[in-house]
Amino acid sequence: MSRHRVKNVGYDDDHFEDDDGYDSPDPEEQEFLQQCTAAVLGQLRAGQPSVTATTEEVQEALWHYYNDIEKAVNYLRGKKEKELKKQSAPAVQKPKVQAVPGFPAPLPAEAHFSAADFFRDCPWLNVPAHRKTEILVEPLYPRLGLLGGAPESAGKMSKLAALAAARKKKEGEKAAAAPENPSTPQPARSEGSALKPSVTPLSLSERLAASKLSKASETNGGLRRLGKPGSSASLPARQQPAPETSKPPPPSLSEPTKQEEPEKEAEQQQPTPNIRASPSTFASVILGNAAGPTMAEPSHLNSNNVDLLHIYGQDHAEPFDFAAPSPDDVVMNAQSTAKGLAIRRKGFKSKPAASKAAKGQADLAGSMKDLSVEEKVTVKSKNLDVLAEYNKSTRKKSANFVVIGHVDAGKSTLMGRLLADQGAIDQRTLDKYRKEAEKIGKGSFALAWVMDQGSEERARGVTIDIATNKFETETTAFTIVDAPGHRDFVPNMIAGASQADFAVLVIDSSVGKFESGLKGQTKEHALLVRSMGVQKIIVAVNKMDTVQWDTERFQEIEQQISAFLTTAGFQPKNISFVPCSGVLGDNITRRSADPKASWYTGRTLLEELETSEPYTHALDKPLRMTIGDVFRGGVQNPISISGRLDAGSLQMGDQILTMPSGETALIRSVEVDGEPSDWAVAGQNVVLNLANIDPIHLRSGDVVCRASAPIKTVTSFTAKILAFEHLMPMQVDVHRGRLHVPGRISKLVASLDKTSGLALKKRPKIVAPGTVARVVVEIDQAVPLEAPTRIVLRAGGTTVAAGLLE
Amino acid sequence: MRLIKNTIEHNGSGTVTLCPEEPEDMWHAYNLIRPGDLLRASAIRRVTTVQDTGSTSSARVHLTLLIKVKSLDFDPQSSQLHVSGQITNETAHTKIGQFHTLDLEMNRNFTLEKEVGADGEGVGWDSVAVEQLKDAVDEGGKRRAEAVAVVMQEGLAHICFIGQFQTILKQKVEMSVPRKRQGGGDHDKGMGKFFRVTLETLLRQMDFNTSLTSGANNEVVRPVLLASPGFVATGFHKYIQSEASTTTPGLKRLLPSIVVVHSASGYLNSLSEVLQSPAVKTLLADTKYARETKLMDDFLDQLRKETNKATYGPREVESAVDQGAVGRGGGVLIMSNRLFRSQDVAERKRWVSLVDRVRDVEGGEVRVLSSDHESGKRLEGLGGIAALLTFPVVEEDLDSEDDSDDSAHAD
Repeated sequence: MSRHRVKNVGYDDDHFEDDDGYDSPDPEEQEFLQQCTAAVLGQLRAGQPSVTATTEEVQEALWHYYNDIEKAVNYLRGKKEKELKKQSAPAVQKPKVQAVPGFPAPLPAEAHFSAADFFRDCPWLNVPAHRKTEILVEPLYPRLGLLGGAPESAGKMSKLAALAAARKKKEGEKAAAAPENPSTPQPARSEGSALKPSVTPLSLSERLAASKLSKASETNGGLRRLGKPGSSASLPARQQPAPETSKPPPPSLSEPTKQEEPEKEAEQQQPTPNIRASPSTFASVILGNAAGPTMAEPSHLNSNNVDLLHIYGQDHAEPFDFAAPSPDDVVMNAQSTAKGLAIRRKGFKSKPAASKAAKGQADLAGSMKDLSVEEKVTVKSKNLDVLAEYNKSTRKKSANFVVIGHVDAGKSTLMGRLLADQGAIDQRTLDKYRKEAEKIGKGSFALAWVMDQGSEERARGVTIDIATNKFETETTAFTIVDAPGHRDFVPNMIAGASQADFAVLVIDSSVGKFESGLKGQTKEHALLVRSMGVQKIIVAVNKMDTVQWDTERFQEIEQQISAFLTTAGFQPKNISFVPCSGVLGDNITRRSADPKASWYTGRTLLEELETSEPYTHALDKPLRMTIGDVFRGGVQNPISISGRLDAGSLQMGDQILTMPSGETALIRSVEVDGEPSDWAVAGQNVVLNLANIDPIHLRSGDVVCRASAPIKTVTSFTAKILAFEHLMPMQVDVHRGRLHVPGRISKLVASLDKTSGLALKKRPKIVAPGTVARVVVEIDQAVPLEAPTRIVLRAGGTTVAAGLLE
Repeated sequence: MRLIKNTIEHNGSGTVTLCPEEPEDMWHAYNLIRPGDLLRASAIRRVTTVQDTGSTSSARVHLTLLIKVKSLDFDPQSSQLHVSGQITNETAHTKIGQFHTLDLEMNRNFTLEKEVGADGEGVGWDSVAVEQLKDAVDEGGKRRAEAVAVVMQEGLAHICFIGQFQTILKQKVEMSVPRKRQGGGDHDKGMGKFFRVTLETLLRQMDFNTSLTSGANNEVVRPVLLASPGFVATGFHKYIQSEASTTTPGLKRLLPSIVVVHSASGYLNSLSEVLQSPAVKTLLADTKYARETKLMDDFLDQLRKETNKATYGPREVESAVDQGAVGRGGGVLIMSNRLFRSQDVAERKRWVSLVDRVRDVEGGEVRVLSSDHESGKRLEGLGGIAALLTFPVVEEDLDSEDDSDDSAHAD
């Protein structure tokens, strides 16, 4: 057991030292120590026979005795008397001390533990029984920095010893209870100097008790000190070979092996915690206490004049060669321990003996707390002044537009055509789509497949969700938001419309389709985009080829639609009409070559798009971004969100807050329109690659903001709305961009005058379509909404109202 | 619920002994039992006795306790009813006046006593209570029309059980499904996962045994309504089919009872649309909730048409009744049963007298809608009370004074 302990000291103490720096002495304690020292010195001198001791000795003794002056005096007296008797021995050995640095000082050692050396003192066969169990070859711990063994300034103690002593001291300070604990060094020292138990002030039994206590106290160290027990064990082991070999082999056991090939011999040399039985009485007598090493260390610390070789020398004289294990024992032990110990080497230190299990666990729990599976990612922010950067940058003006219209009006195809003609889609991809589309008998959908990427969308030939794509002209970078036309997917369309600066309304001009569309989503979509704040609308009268570019048809449509759009609130100057054909590409980017279409001399769709004026966004407002999608961006970006910045700006490395979850995340990187960027400002479509957040906290419809200016979550709000249908207290779905939640109109506060906004009638029973009213809406779950936000209320699959949050 | 014994006297006081037989009976009990009633039921009470030496020992004793009801706590999810009140009978283990909470249990009789009191301080078994009792006992035995509805949309599914009197949201499945992206297959993967989780949850909630052997015992599979906007429900149906044909053949038993219907959204408030769809109507013909839903739709239609032949709100309806508009020939008083659960005796009396008056004096029809149904929820939004009128009633201007009154009921 004791061997085991000493060997591990170094390894262990490194950690220990690293963990808590307890070398700093307490000033008060120092003072007290001075007083006590003076007292002890005085008593020593006064006593009979009068002896002298150095301050260090005294202080150390005091320390071990917990400042018990009387005990210290007794101890020192006994020790000095012994020293007087054997003055010769130290004299001879002192020189050696200089040659060999302090005790556990790692000697420039042989690479490996040599069994032959180790057992040299041990007779073959006839190994005393008590030794067998005690043999422990210390594990080949990797050498750690503090084991360097360079002698300290005094040259007397190694760092290792110093560390051990320091730890010991700390321990002693902590353990208020056990006065015996610090006393443990005493026996060893006395043994070191005199080695005759009878001479030492403590009896053998006392020493044994003390040694056990010391062990017990050491065990209290817990996990960090797991290896520590071994430290006390290794000293005796070293002591034994020392006498015969004259050059001290012990270091060859410990430090060198630690340095090199720790793995190789690990199996054989790992100590078992269980083997740490307390030494037999005989062993204790012979070896000094198990605690021997522990006392040796403090002595080094205090630069006691009792040097180690002196101690070794004493050992020489003693006939305890048999204490060393026989080679057979070593092998057997190693084998038995190797099994139990494989676990030990995995990062954690060895499991302590049962006695320390409890404490060990406590510490383990503590250290587990520090262990974090999650790796915090930190991204260095460039701390850009985003707005300044934005002003500096010479980007093209950019515009987002949403493509709306009744289902099957040809929205996706029109956009596919636009992209293809603008070269945003290469011909090969287009050919591929065409082939695949023809394969499933939907050849005319090939262009739509540019936008409709979903497998279900392609199979059914219906756009389900919004798709964004971009293309550039000489003047403008456009982002297309292709919205679904089917009535079931109006929520998705609302999400798309919320990202748009202006809208392209696609109308199917073919006979019957236009009329059904007008009743259907043509109307609803137009109303929606208007209520979402879109001012400008371009009407693409599509499929003109199916009506042979009939001018009258076009004019009829123009008339009806413009009448409707004006009532919906669009200004006539913001409405423009373009007859076109998405499938053929006429009047999209190029003029129609069809002679029948020659009557149209206005702008093509693309030219019309380019007339759009740049839109200003609230760059200096607090950051707001509605999450459009949460997805896995790839291996490097496990969590990404996309969306359009509604307000404010952000940059790489920013900390963001998502509401309503209230979780923070770190922006690992930013992509603007698919291109990596350091920053982004309002109005841009961005992909944010996030870190330090669980994806469970992110849902589309959540709002990204800053912790400094968070968006509030509400469960009820008042809104000024324009009713499209009859409104009464009813259940509605509340839409705001991607966000849609169930709620209910709980109160009709008043119907308002359309122009003045004054209350016409308080608490109306029902609000008729076309009226403006103020209502209170309650929502079941808290959602991030703040005024002024445009909201849409839907019920039963139709849009019943749209308005502004107040 | 089985009626064991009925001793209701003419004046309205008396006792009824009932035996709940199914979870929904707890809901009926919840409606029948009101604060102030006397309830006798078996109970297990932990009794602590202190010896002379100061040592205490506690034992669980089985008792029959009679309590004066103070409050009720109903958990619709698990259909459990906890009634707490003060003990009024003396037993070996309890004192009068001690509090106890009775947990009503299935197949265990309880006796409910309602007293009118000498000067009418109680309400006793009024007409509404008797009506509710009839509903609860269900002598005709025409009940059992139950269905499971899964109202879903991308990444969101509500699994609810539609009972005769209740619609219980059993579980909500919410999952983030990535949107379609350029060249990304995440969406399909996400939907597959969403379907899988939803199916697992559905089967668990239905206690559906997917093992093949269980098919032998011929357990009745309730109709399963899959509703969604777009193609989600269809996709889910396909998913179940493919599961049934590949991995879990036991699902085949479920397939015939699945109906796919359209709904406007994945939220529960689109359940009315589900229940009104032709496919479901044929399946669950003329059940109570179907009638209720129809009634509410009619009412809202009238309201929309602005014929002034429909009104809502406590004050408005009372005023209409006063004018005799809720009478013979189409007058219907629609009330949520929440109003009758009021703690306030005067409040309850107000509504009961209104009901009695419409039914007995005016000759109109009275429908009490379950507040735990979709239609009842719609009615709740209107203040819990509405009426279809026989003739247009010009709305009075009640603006200023009814603020407080209305808001008290609107919540």
